[in-house]
Formats: sequence, structure tokens, C-alpha cells
Amino acid sequence: MAEVSVRKVVKEYDGGVQAVKGIDLDIADHEFVVLVGPSGCGKSTTLRMIAGLEEITAGEIWIDGDVVNDVPPRDRDIAMVFQNYALYPHMSVFDNMAFGLKLRKFPKDEIKRRVADAARILDIVPLLDRKPRALSGGQRQRVAMGRAIVRNPKVFLFDEPLSNLDAKLRVQMRTEIKKVHQTIPTTTVYVTHDQIEAMTLADRVVVMNGGVIEQVGTPNDLYHHPATRFVAGFIGSPAMNFLPCRIQDGSNGGLAVRVSDSIIVPVPPARANRYGAFKGKDMVLGLRPEHLFEYHEMAKPGWTRIDLPVDVVEPMGMETMVHFFVEGAPVCARVDPTTHAAPGEVLPLTADLNQMHLMEPDTGRVV
Amino acid sequence: MSATVADRRIRVATERKHSLHRQRLWALWGSYIALSVFVVMFLVPPFYTLMTSLKSSAEISAQVGSPWLVHHPTLENFWYLITYPNFQRYYLNSAIVTVLTVAVSMVISVLAAFGLSRMGFWGSQTLSTGVFLTYLIPPSLLFIPLFQIIGKLGLINNFWCLVILYPTLAVPFCTWIMIGYFSSIPRELDEAALIDGAGYLQMLWKIFIPVAMPGIIAATIFAFTVAWGAFLYPLAYLYTSNQMVLTVGIISDLIRGDVFQWGKIMAACLLASLPPIIIYAFLMDYYVAGLTAGATKG
Repeated sequence: MAEVSVRKVVKEYDGGVQAVKGIDLDIADHEFVVLVGPSGCGKSTTLRMIAGLEEITAGEIWIDGDVVNDVPPRDRDIAMVFQNYALYPHMSVFDNMAFGLKLRKFPKDEIKRRVADAARILDIVPLLDRKPRALSGGQRQRVAMGRAIVRNPKVFLFDEPLSNLDAKLRVQMRTEIKKVHQTIPTTTVYVTHDQIEAMTLADRVVVMNGGVIEQVGTPNDLYHHPATRFVAGFIGSPAMNFLPCRIQDGSNGGLAVRVSDSIIVPVPPARANRYGAFKGKDMVLGLRPEHLFEYHEMAKPGWTRIDLPVDVVEPMGMETMVHFFVEGAPVCARVDPTTHAAPGEVLPLTADLNQMHLMEPDTGRVV
Repeated sequence: MSATVADRRIRVATERKHSLHRQRLWALWGSYIALSVFVVMFLVPPFYTLMTSLKSSAEISAQVGSPWLVHHPTLENFWYLITYPNFQRYYLNSAIVTVLTVAVSMVISVLAAFGLSRMGFWGSQTLSTGVFLTYLIPPSLLFIPLFQIIGKLGLINNFWCLVILYPTLAVPFCTWIMIGYFSSIPRELDEAALIDGAGYLQMLWKIFIPVAMPGIIAATIFAFTVAWGAFLYPLAYLYTSNQMVLTVGIISDLIRGDVFQWGKIMAACLLASLPPIIIYAFLMDYYVAGLTAGATKG
């Protein structure tokens, strides 16, 4: 087990395309860090550079106190789980798991013991004699994890390991991965484009976009205190609502957010100081769908009524998503399933402005 | 009203089903006719060879009755060849040359294909295309310059020269087959092996060769066919009986001036065809799988 440091790392491909633009990241011993972001954001490239599968154009990668820029993958003492499992098709499950140990000339008894231990943890003991083609997707992914575990490496690397599984199995395997990390707390770097996977698994989440790190933080940090509009929009499902607005004087000497002629809502007093500097400026109001819900007579401080015409209603069982358009921008509210909402009708809603975010439209910075 | 609509739907569905059935019937008839033409074209010559090989020289020269039938079948032609020392020598020479050609060609092809498809060095793409282009040069253009090389090596009229020459015919195509096969193996497999601690040779030996076995078998059959059936090079480079291989040995020994010993020639052809037939019969599935690999992923 080890610490991993990525320092000013750049990856430039032939033709000058920069996939990673000088990122810095320190991962503590035993930590489970998830790199998340849209396709092409550089997360997989970063993982592959840590693995040694991609050369680094500039910067340094440290594993367990050593610079490993020029160390080949086999000498980095890492194990990797791939998206398409990458099991050796001609070998049995046992041989797949034992392959790395055999190459490192481990004694046979030790190999057997380690494979048996890993198989027990992953519940694949009955599968040890089977070939990969005789396994389901979930079983293959377990074998791939088993192959990583037996080596007892310093760092586990996961490259979108659940992307090939169906939705139900993905949830199940997510829990398995978390359980494995609780049992064997090896430093882990996990890449995914699925923000729910990132939130549920990570000690810390690294949100990447366009080859740079947008924000690093605990899942709760990112959710409640996003640093940029990108992070605010990427983390959370359904995504945060963004409405162009202007900060102006409100009633009682406070501030107000003017979204349209008919929607002018007061800024909670606790935020007034922070937002005062932006009075008169065009900004973007961010409000998560769960902070826009059915109207309550008993309003709390910071709650404001807004009436919006319903566009689409999506009942989900335990909640109902209602979609609207405000000044051309799509808005989603998460309402109680007993709330009556029909397309074309006006639905009274409560906006909890204690949870609002205000962003600069040009930089995307949350203020 | 609704019953009428339902009836019409059933009628439309039935008509569509019948029309599909008719289309399939036509396709089947077309296939049978085309296949029958091919079967006749390809099986008539071997059938005629077999019939003639079972006839005595007297029956062949008598020219009585249908030439497609045997009236007094005999194995005398086969027995003659089996006990004929020169024929045994040709067979042995062909076997030695073929086994060594296949071995040399496969070692070179597998290593070359692995390097070209997986090691990603500068110019590997161009080299891959170059390898295939060399296959397009007809052997009949090459045998004159090759004659000079073989002459300088002192291997004219020595069947060992074929072990050097045949790989020039087999290696390009075998390499091309293997490049296609190796390219169809997901790259994550090499990366997993690299992380597991394998070097490039271990990766080749323990992962690529077992996974690419159908491709290797396809390439092996191709190299075998080239070496076993080649005619031009042995005709150009070998001229004494003790050095000859089957293809040239049969015609030089069994055609004397204008005397064609048809029965023995046909029997020799059949005996010479046995090894390829046996190999194809056992490995045909691998051959087809190997040649089509890389066409689609999965």
C-alpha cells in the first residue's frame, strides 16, 4: 500500500493534442479516489499514465515515494482492472488469477493460497476451473478483480470496470467493490464517467474536464459546494438547474435575484454579504431539482413561492420529476408523488434559496 | 367491423410470410444450382484421376468403352510407386522441405506479425503494407535473381535451397494473416499481461500464440500448401533424381520423351495429394476461422 502523487503531469499526443494539461493530485495511503468526468476529459489517460501504459510528456508520477516515470508497468507494483475485463481467454479462472504470481516465480503453495483467499473474498470459488467464456459479465469482472487482489499490489487501478454491465449488476458490483476495499484497504484510483459510481465509492472525487482538474473533494463537498458550474452540473442526477439572472436590490434593504419579469426572488440574508459585490451584474442561478419542490403553506426562512407552467411530468414511484421552461431554459423540480401536476397547468412550487448557487456566466466560477 | 380488420391483418401477415417463404425458396434453388456447377467443376478432375489410376496401362491404351469407368480395377500403379525407390525419395524430400519451410515461415511470420501489430514502432504501418506488397510480386519474376543468389550459395541442384526459397513465398502472406489475427486481440490483453509482469516474449508465448492458434493454424496450412505444391522453383533449381521433390519428380520420371505413363502419373498425383487432404480435413474449421479473423470484431 502506498501514496500516489501526480505532479504537473502533461500528456500530449502526436499532432499537439493535449489530453492532460498539467494536473496535480495527491492520493493518500489506503485512499479510494475516483476520477470522474465526461468522455475525453483525460481521466483514463491519467490512470494509464499512473499504470505506466502511457508515456508522460511532462511532470512526475510518484508511487510510494519513488518517481516512476521511467519504470515499466510490471515494476510499479500496481494491479489494474479493465473495462472489458481483459481476461486471458485460453486460461481457466485459476490460471488467470495466478498468471502474475507465476511470472513472479511465487512458490506453488503460495499461489494456491492467495488465489483461494481472493476467490473466497469474491465468492468465485466454484468458478476456478472454468474458462472466461463460460462466465457471465459480473463473474468475469470478479475474476478480473481477483487477478488484481492476489498480487497484493501497492495500488489498485480501475478503468471504468462496471461500464459493460447492465444497470442492476452495476449497482451490485459497486457494493462488492466497496466491500473489497473495506476488507483490503489498498490505495485505489478508479475511473468512471458515472457520477453516481463516483459519489458512492469515493473517499474523494476528482472531477476532470478538458484535461484539467475542476475540483477535488469528498462526495458531499462536491455536491453541496461545487467550485464551478461544470462540477455543479456534472455531479447530481437530474442535473442542477441553471437560470440566467441578475442581482438587484430587493425589499427590506436586501438583495433579490431577478430571473424574469415575473420571477424575482429574495436572496436569503445569510448570503447577502457574499453576493453584494455582484449587484447589477448578469449571473447564473443554480438550484438543484430537490430544492425546487411542491408548494408548502408553512414556509421556512429562505423559501419562496414560484408558479410555473408544467411541460412534462415523469412519475418515478418514490418521487415525481416535473419539467418546465423558464425564459427558454429547462428547469426540473423533484416533487412529492402525490402532487397533482399535468402538462399545461400552472404548478405552485417552493424554491429553497438557502441552497442556491450563484455563478459567473463567463468563468463558470461559483461565487 | 373489428373482425374484418383482424381478418385483413391476418391475411396480410400470411401473404408476407408466403412471400418470404418464396424468396427463401428461390435463394435456395439458386444456391443449389451454383454449388452443383462448382462441385462438378472441382470434383470431376479428381474423379477422372482416380479412375485412370485404377486402370492398367493396357486398359488405358485400349480406349474401349467409357473413359470414365474402370472395367478391370487394379492397384498395380500404386504398388509400383510405393515400391519405387525414386518415388520414395521424392516423397521424403518433399516432406523434409515442407516441414522445414513451415517451421521457418511460421517462426518468422509470428515474430514479424507480433512486432508489426503490437510493438507500435515508427514505420510499423508502412512495413505492414510493404510485407503484403511483396506477396503481390509473382514468383516467376523472382526466380532469375534468386537463381543467382542460390548459385552463389552453392545450393543449385540441392533440395535445401527450397528451404531458403519457399519462405520467400510463404512468409509475406502468413505474416499478413497473423497481423490480422493479432490485431483482433484486444489491446487490453497485452496491457493486462504487461501489468501482470510479462515481458514482450512472454506475452507472445503465453498469451498471443495460444489465443491466436486458429490464425497460426491457418497460416501453417498456407505455408504447407505453398511448400508441398510449388512447381516452378524445384523445376528451375533441381535436376537430378536424388534431389527432386514430388511435383517435379513425378513428371520427370513418369514422362519419358513422348511416353506418358498415365496410370502411374495419376496414381502419383493421388498419393501426393494425400497429406494436404488429410491436413485440410482435420483443420478446415481453424483455417476458415483464421482467414476471416479481424474482418469483424468479437
